[in-house]
Amino acid sequence: MKIRTIPLTLALLASSAGLAQASGLPQTPPPYFAANCANCHGTDGKSTAAIPGIAGKDKDWLEEVLKAYKQGTRPATIMHQLAKGYTDEEIAILADYFSRQK
Amino acid sequence: MNKFNPERRRLLQGIGASAAFAAVPGTALAAKGKKPVGRVVVIGAGFGGATAAKYLRKWSHGAIEVVLIERQKEFISCPTSNEVLAGHRKFETTVHSYYNLKKHWGIKVVTASVTDVDTEKRVVKTDKAGDFSYDRLVLSPGFDFNYDSIAGYDEKARETVLHAWKAGPQTLALRKQLEDLPDGGTYVLSIPKAPYRCPPGPYERASLIASYFKEHKPKSKVLVLDANDKIISKEKLFLSVWEKDYKEIIEYRPKWNVVALDAASRTVTSELGEKVTGDVLNILPQQRAADIARKIGVVNVNDRWAEVNWITLESTAVPKVHVLGDTLSAAPLMPKSGHMANQHGKAVAAAIVEIFSGREPQPTLMANTCYSMVDGKRAIHVDSVHRYHPEKKVPLVVEGSGGVSKEASVEEGIYTRAWATTIWKDVLG
Repeated sequence: MKIRTIPLTLALLASSAGLAQASGLPQTPPPYFAANCANCHGTDGKSTAAIPGIAGKDKDWLEEVLKAYKQGTRPATIMHQLAKGYTDEEIAILADYFSRQK
Repeated sequence: MNKFNPERRRLLQGIGASAAFAAVPGTALAAKGKKPVGRVVVIGAGFGGATAAKYLRKWSHGAIEVVLIERQKEFISCPTSNEVLAGHRKFETTVHSYYNLKKHWGIKVVTASVTDVDTEKRVVKTDKAGDFSYDRLVLSPGFDFNYDSIAGYDEKARETVLHAWKAGPQTLALRKQLEDLPDGGTYVLSIPKAPYRCPPGPYERASLIASYFKEHKPKSKVLVLDANDKIISKEKLFLSVWEKDYKEIIEYRPKWNVVALDAASRTVTSELGEKVTGDVLNILPQQRAADIARKIGVVNVNDRWAEVNWITLESTAVPKVHVLGDTLSAAPLMPKSGHMANQHGKAVAAAIVEIFSGREPQPTLMANTCYSMVDGKRAIHVDSVHRYHPEKKVPLVVEGSGGVSKEASVEEGIYTRAWATTIWKDVLG
């Protein structure tokens, strides 16, 4: 079974690259789950409301703060509960993504 | 061969590849002038449908054409409508335009009612805007009431006995009834058995109306008749606020299932034959997927809700139809909330962009936050993170994640209002 699935996957990947290129669709998908944060922190982390925006913040700081929320060492009303839903790898991806939003 | 490991692929696609991903400004719809790769029609422009429409355009860089069909001219937010009832917020602040979805995101917003969908030929028919063909349909029409669950809740009764559970004219009408209520009068709120839209909503409503009475009509009462065994969301927090602040105002009766009402005498009757009379009746009948979902044929759980594949949110009954929001048969501990519908909208948009790109959609994470105001300033919350479980094929709450407030606070009251402002923008801006 495994041997048969590999060529299929290859074919799929090859055709998808072509499809995306021709259509204007992005060839590399964004980390879609980063949009989870947008409800409270704004689309792409951009917000001026009381819940702070997170776009363009320092990547290491974002990662450190999210991990501290996750470990319960940084006080919060809600983020200590939400951060526990994400793996450390996902937290690193979120930090990277939001640090790049200008 | 590591490249083809499913876990590795999941990270690359659904969750990863961020280092390679450059930020794309929302306005840079790269596909301008190019032929669209396909058309998605979205039915319903609430928290779910409008989010799906916007993020389809954003994530496809404008390559997917989106038609958004909504019968209302403007977006009216259910979240915060309880504040309007209490006189803490102006109704106008809950009403928002679809202008940015049109102008900023290039979505074709159509004001019309969907009369039927031909799922074979993939055509949506509307009452006054013609027909729209689709490659994929996104269905986010919310819920409809099952008025048959309460005898006597006929059209005549509905003129005076309101639900105000879909924000709009009923919100203003119920506010008027509360304003007209003489001091010493009784407001009766009945809650149907779960599942229904916004689990903490009725308890927030009871709290806020009690807060209004406390200030303006201190002899008035709030009587809550709950068909459920107990308060189904943030129970300890609501009970603690009620005990401290509204002890003389709120009376709560669990397991009180309204089965009949008489609008003329303003009397409701329980399953056990008990009767209660009030001055303002606010009666919520049982809920089910909106009628249009039934008509399209996606309602396949207890003849009430729609079941979906939780990776793509595609209906298990009708191909190429994706269902989200209150219409869904929810995953375990997943509430029917505007916040959740927004997250469904993003999951659907991601799946459809992946499908149009020739890639296999991967499960994504979803999160929920429900804030409830308990008076003019303080609020409480409940939150959770939901991760797709590959064996059970359904999103489950991540162990250890989520929770509720320690206590009601002014800080969370400020966040509640910031949440509303921000999510409206995320959905519509």
